[in-house]
This record gives sequence, C-alpha cells and structure tokens, in this order.
Amino acid sequence: MVALYQVMAIYHFGRRGVCLYGGGYVEQERKTKNWKLKMLEQVVFYIFGAVLVTSAGMVVTVRNPVHAALFLVLAFFCSAAIWLLLQAEFLAIVLVLVYVGAVMVLFLFVVMMLNINLAPLREGFAGFLPVGLFVAALMLTAMGLIVSSDHVLPGLPPAAAQPPIDAANTELLGKTLFTEYLYPFEIAGAILLVAIIAAISLTMRKPAAQRTPKPEKQVVVKRDTRVRLVNMESASPPEKGDSGGLSQRSQGGKQGDNSD
Amino acid sequence: MSITAEIVFLVPELALLILACLILVCDAFSTDPGKLLTYRLAQFSLVAVLLLVVYLYPDDAVSVFHQHFISDPLSAVLKVTICAVSIIVFSYSYDYFEERDTLQGEYFVLGLFAVLGMLIMASAYSMLTVYLGLELMSLSLYAMVAMHKGSGTASEAAIKYFVLGALASGILLYGISILYGASGTLVLPELAAHVSARTETDVLLVFGLVFVVVGIAFKLGAVPFHMWIPDVYEGSPTAVTLFLATAPKVAAFAMAVRLLVDGMEPLHIDWQGMLIILSVLSMAAGNIIAISQTNIKRMLAYSTIAHAGFLILGILPGMRLDVGYGYAGALFYVIVYAIMSLGAFGVVILLGRKDHESDRLEDFKGLAERSPWFAFIMLLLMFSLAGVPPFAGFWAKWFVIKEVVAIGHIWLAASAVIFSVIGAYYYLRIVKLMYFDQPEHMTEIKASRQMRMALSLNGLALLILGFIPGKLMDICTSVLGF
Repeated sequence: MVALYQVMAIYHFGRRGVCLYGGGYVEQERKTKNWKLKMLEQVVFYIFGAVLVTSAGMVVTVRNPVHAALFLVLAFFCSAAIWLLLQAEFLAIVLVLVYVGAVMVLFLFVVMMLNINLAPLREGFAGFLPVGLFVAALMLTAMGLIVSSDHVLPGLPPAAAQPPIDAANTELLGKTLFTEYLYPFEIAGAILLVAIIAAISLTMRKPAAQRTPKPEKQVVVKRDTRVRLVNMESASPPEKGDSGGLSQRSQGGKQGDNSD
Repeated sequence: MSITAEIVFLVPELALLILACLILVCDAFSTDPGKLLTYRLAQFSLVAVLLLVVYLYPDDAVSVFHQHFISDPLSAVLKVTICAVSIIVFSYSYDYFEERDTLQGEYFVLGLFAVLGMLIMASAYSMLTVYLGLELMSLSLYAMVAMHKGSGTASEAAIKYFVLGALASGILLYGISILYGASGTLVLPELAAHVSARTETDVLLVFGLVFVVVGIAFKLGAVPFHMWIPDVYEGSPTAVTLFLATAPKVAAFAMAVRLLVDGMEPLHIDWQGMLIILSVLSMAAGNIIAISQTNIKRMLAYSTIAHAGFLILGILPGMRLDVGYGYAGALFYVIVYAIMSLGAFGVVILLGRKDHESDRLEDFKGLAERSPWFAFIMLLLMFSLAGVPPFAGFWAKWFVIKEVVAIGHIWLAASAVIFSVIGAYYYLRIVKLMYFDQPEHMTEIKASRQMRMALSLNGLALLILGFIPGKLMDICTSVLGF
C-alpha cells in the first residue's frame, strides 16, 4: 500500500513537474513542445507504476519467501526507473546497486539458509483479517482524501533555481553533501561505525560455555605438547637421574587444547 | 562564519566521538577481564564532555553548519543532564556487570555512542539532524539490550525493541519527508517561517505533523504507542533498563521540543489536540495497569508511561510565554524524572545478586529490617515518584499543572491530579512492603562503596531539590529567555 501511495504521490507531484523524491524539489519547466514525447513519458510512467504496485502486492501475498524477495527486487527496480524518469539518476543507480545488488542478495541468502516453517505463522491470519482490512480501508480513504484534496497543491514550495542543463546530478549531489550537509553526513558515518561495533560484539563473543576450536591455539601447537616420549626399560629399572635426560616429558600430556 | 570558527561549537560532540573511538581500541587490546580501564576511561570521557559543555555554555542561540546545529542554553542544560545521568548509570551498571561477570567492554563504548546521539539530538536544528541523532542513539541501545546473549528474555526484548523502534523511525521519517515535500526545507526555523507565512490551512503539513507526533510518542512511550516499554524493560538486563529509562527520555524530550516547538509552533493548535489525547491516555493506562504488576521492573515501566503522559502535558503550552513559562515545567519535569528513575532502578540493581535478580515486589518485603538506610532511600524515591510534597517529584508535577492551568485547560489539570492520586497507590505499596511486612530472608546486601555513595546521594538529591526547587526552576525558565 505504501508503494501504491508512493506512485500516487509521485504521479501527483510529478504531473506538475515537481520531484519530491529526487534531490529536493527541482521544478522542471518542461517546455516540451513535442506532445508525443510527453505522452511517451506518461506511458512509461504508468507501465513502471503498474509493475511496481503489482510486485509490491505480490511481496506480501506470495507464499514462497524466495519469490517474495525476488518480487521485492522487481519493485526496487521499478522505483529506480521512476526515479530515472524524474531525472534523479544518482538515486536510481544507488537504489539498484545497493538494494538490488547487495541488500536483497543478502536477504535471499538469509531466507534460503534459515529453514523457516511458515505454517504456524499463518495460523491466526484469518482472525486478524477484519481488523486489518478495517484499518487499511481507513488509511486508504484518509490518505486518498489528502492526496486528492485541493489544499495540497497551493502549498507546494516555490521553484528552486534551475540547475544548468549540462549539470551532472551526481556531481551536484556530492558538492551539496560535503558543504551544506557536512554535519549530518558525518553523523551518518558515526551510525555506520556503531552498526559495525554492534554487529561484531553481538556475533564475535561467544559464551564461555560454548566449545569451539581455537585456531590461534591450534597453529602454535608443538610436538612436545601432543606426544610424550616415554623411556621404557623392559628388564631392569633405569639408574636414578638418567631418565630425565632421555625422555621428553611434557607435564600433563595435554590433548584437549582445542576444547577449552 | 568560517568552518574553524563553527567547529568550536561542536567541540563536546567531537571530543566524545574521538574518545569513544579511542576507548574502543583500548578495549580491544586490554586483557583485563574486569574491564576496569575501559570503565574508567568511559567515565573520564563523560566527565570531560560535561566540563566542556559547562565551559562553552552559550549566552544566546547560534546556529552553525548551515543551520543543522544549534548552540543555545536549552541544548547546554539538556547536555549537562544527559552527561551527568549517564555517569551515574555507568557507575551503577559497572557494579551490576561486575557481580555477574558478564561485563563486555562494548557496553561502555556503545553507551558513549548512545550519549553522542543524545547530544546531537539536544542541539539539532534540522529535521535531518534530529533523525540521525535518534538513529545513532537507538542503534546503540538495541545492541546494548541484545548484548546479554545467554538470556532468552533479553533476546526477545531486543527483537521487540528493534522491530518497533525501526517502525517508529520509519513513521517519523515518513512524516519528515512529507514536511520536506510541503515546505521545501529541512531546517526547523525555516519550516516554522514557511508554516506561519501560510494563510490557508494546509492539509499536507498537518498530514506530515501526524506522523511526526506518532514518532515522538513512540520514542517517549506514550499510549497507544507504548507496547514495547514493559517487555523491553522487563527483559533487558537491569543495568540496560536503567540506561533506557533515564538519559534517552531527556533526549526524547529534546526531540519533541525541537520538532514541535522550534519547527512547528505555528501549527500549535493542531499538535496540541494530539498531545492532549496522548497525555490523558498515557496517564490513565500507565497508572491503572501498573497497579496489577508483580514485577518491579514492569511496574516501573508502566510508571514510565504515566510519567511520559505528564511530560507531554508539560510540552503542551509550547512557547505561550504570554501567560506562563511555556514548556519550562516540562524541562524541570524531565530532569527530575531522570533522577528519580535512576534511583529506583539503582535500588533494584542494589538488591539483585548473581543468582537472583530481585525484581519481584516480594523482594522488597521487610527491606527496612535488612537495610534501614536503603529502605529510607527507596522511600524517598517512591514518595518523589508518587508526587508527595515536599519531594522534587511533587514540584515537577506542580510546575507542569500550573502551566497547563495557565493556558486554560482546567479539566486536563484536574484529570492529571486524579491519575496521580491513583498512581500513588502502587508507589506507596512498595513503602508498605518495605516497612510493614516481614522479610522472607535476611541476606546481606552487598554493594561496592561507590555504588552505596552514589545511590545515597541520588536519593538525597530529590529531598534537597524538593526543599529548594526554585534554583533548578530558575535555570529552566532562563533557558526559555526569562
């Protein structure tokens, strides 16, 4: 449903040439004399919008989690295409590279590795359906009323300065990021650091009771710690003081170095 | 202003970031299982940041870094509170982890990053900075809750906290994106200027406002967005609960004030209505459900929800400085609440032992015989939480109600008083258990001298603040420009 509203909102603002989701509100005076081009743009928008809404719907309705993840990939891809239509090419490429390329692949790995039994999760589904439908209908009407109300449009902000036609979106974004948004950008860096610390501290440290091999101890193992040479005399006991020199007795004869 | 002149305002945050990274490295190389060095360094950095904030106390508001950061008296007061509270939290939690041998150095490192997030929220002047500060704080807190991996309840609490927290962040971000789309700016004063320049009502702005208020209510733990609080408070290790229940509340207050008062004061009439509903529901649900709890951590969780209702009540007046002191009452309230909550969870940590958490109400039976002094401290805390005069908690409620009456919501003030009286029952029940019931056992209370000292000072601070509330209130009102 969120996807549906995104499409509605993008269409609504996009129709007037205002890009909400791109690099701010770049009002584009689309002086397209060629109405055919304009119509083509609309057709492309509707195709991608329709595929986006359908695949977003499939994400929550299909039974197979792998299929759901793949539909999510499709949804991301279509949003990227819509962004491209709004001339936010950097965001479009980042969405494909980061979400489709990295995050969703990870998602698929996790889904395939965890053998989740979905049957118990679905048990109470019908019981919650009426409440869910009611809330969904309520949200749908409320949001629909607002997006389609006349009050929305006069409130749109004034046009920003038109960027030069040959300006590269990525370059402009980079410049803004390191001047105007320097402070938030650095905070985002700190957030990533916290994510790394959290991930490592949650996965690295094992409880003391858990028995795992310790490679750093295994590689420094010497023959003496594993093998004990015992000088055996078959007939008579050896002379005193002689045995210490010949036999290599490592005390205790450790065997279980890798199990502490 | 050149970047070097601007960076001076950022010195406390930068110092904390650098020190936290250094401590992370020190901790990785230290072989000490007691983590004493990490603990001392963490405490040192918090004290250093506290002193830096006091030293750089600004006389007037200056916004730097393209207005993403503001340095004003309000931010300084909030930062001092956050640092001071965190110092005490760290000293209590060191005791807790040391006794249980579950101390990980990352607890302090993540704690410092959470404090950094709170400092960023305290002086955030754009919606983006508010959100990023919030995320920095929340991410660290999720990890801290999950850190005790052996415990099933902690893992459950972490998952619940993470999922609901992420949902709340998403809702907040959705609201922010709508406000950005409607106004074309992320900076809060520019947003306020945009809103007040508007002649007709703008549905889109109010639409965004609803999501922002929902996000704030989630983070404060106001009804009906409170579901995570009892489970997370009960499931987490008590030391983490202690941290969750104190400093982040101050930061959430900062977030609410920055977004609603600094950013959307012209929409005052719209958010006031939403806050009234949230506060009445929170006070009702928190105080009534707390009565039926048998676990002290869960009871204090519901008490937090009730106090969140009071706090929201204090934000209601906004900047209506023509009739009263605006939200100065709420600032007073949040500072006092942080101290009270600190003490209450501190006593739970004090009573807990390695093999026994002592978080049931029965564990407080006959505490007066086991340890008269700490029973007295708990008595102070409970009286203060209930709002019995002359303790600090009474004055906190008094100032909030006074401001609410000043803006003309008499019935709201009356209902706040009624719910406080209902709430007094479960606080006073603890006092009854401690003084009039027989103890189940006479186990000696073991705690370090540092913990005993800190807890005693914590309890007595409420008594002293109760006798001289004027000093703190003067600071709170001067922050708003009186």
